Amino acid sequence: MGTIQPKVAEPSDETALVHAAKAGDISAFEELVKRYDRNVFRIAQHITQNREDAEDVVQDAFLKAYQNLANFQEQSKFYTWLVRIAVNEALMRLRRRRPERMVSLDEDIKTEEDTMPREVADWAPNPEQLYTQGELKEILGKTIQGLPPSFRTVFVLRDVEGLSTEETADALDLSIPAVKSRLLRARLQLRERLSKYFKNRTRGDGKK
Amino acid sequence: MTCSDFLKELTDYLDGAMDAQTKAELEDHLQWCHNCYVVCNTTKMTIEIYRDSKLYELPEDLRGRLRTAIISKCKGCGGDSPA
Repeated sequence: MGTIQPKVAEPSDETALVHAAKAGDISAFEELVKRYDRNVFRIAQHITQNREDAEDVVQDAFLKAYQNLANFQEQSKFYTWLVRIAVNEALMRLRRRRPERMVSLDEDIKTEEDTMPREVADWAPNPEQLYTQGELKEILGKTIQGLPPSFRTVFVLRDVEGLSTEETADALDLSIPAVKSRLLRARLQLRERLSKYFKNRTRGDGKK
Repeated sequence: MTCSDFLKELTDYLDGAMDAQTKAELEDHLQWCHNCYVVCNTTKMTIEIYRDSKLYELPEDLRGRLRTAIISKCKGCGGDSPA
């Protein structure tokens, strides 16, 4: 069984763009916006689960990054630094919308069932073929929405955006064991919930 | 190795972040434990389906509007100098 390959590769000219932007070259900063606006939007919408909030997060995160470029010490990649700003903005908006609930990245919910698989039927060979693209998006959106914000944030950074465990820990100010623990539980909880939709109906015994 | 031991290592296994001996022990477990095989396989599919989905793609027209707004705010916040 193969391993999961990361999705994002960083182009080598990024340092030059950051230096130019720091020196006041707005077109260099615009290039950085073009490079990462889709990622920031996706992360923001995964966390806030709200389209308007995600749009605001994109604007505010890039504006904050621009205003604080001089403080960016370049000990991490620009993208990791930007993600850290975007996650904080997104969590702030989520807290505003759900003031009744404590929303924190430190949230580490442990329940007995969250790592113990109950659904062990294998999936159809190609689950994407069971649903239209619209239906599939709805299933994936609804499913991830049910995870605690701290779990879905780690999952989206690691598995959707392809940050390494170390970069995710850095961006979220979490320890590496904390990232791994949340990631495992996020993956298993999503798997459990998606199994309802994707399990192999033609061979319900789930045999290989 | 028990199923519970296997689950603890699942994330590192899927990420390929482990030494050869542990990997071999996990793969030995997968040979005979059908439940862990299914959990491992469907967890991998879970990751791939989210990674490859077009969930929350930024539409091009909105993308253009956001970029214009960002650059205009940046220009407004401190001329051409971010510092």
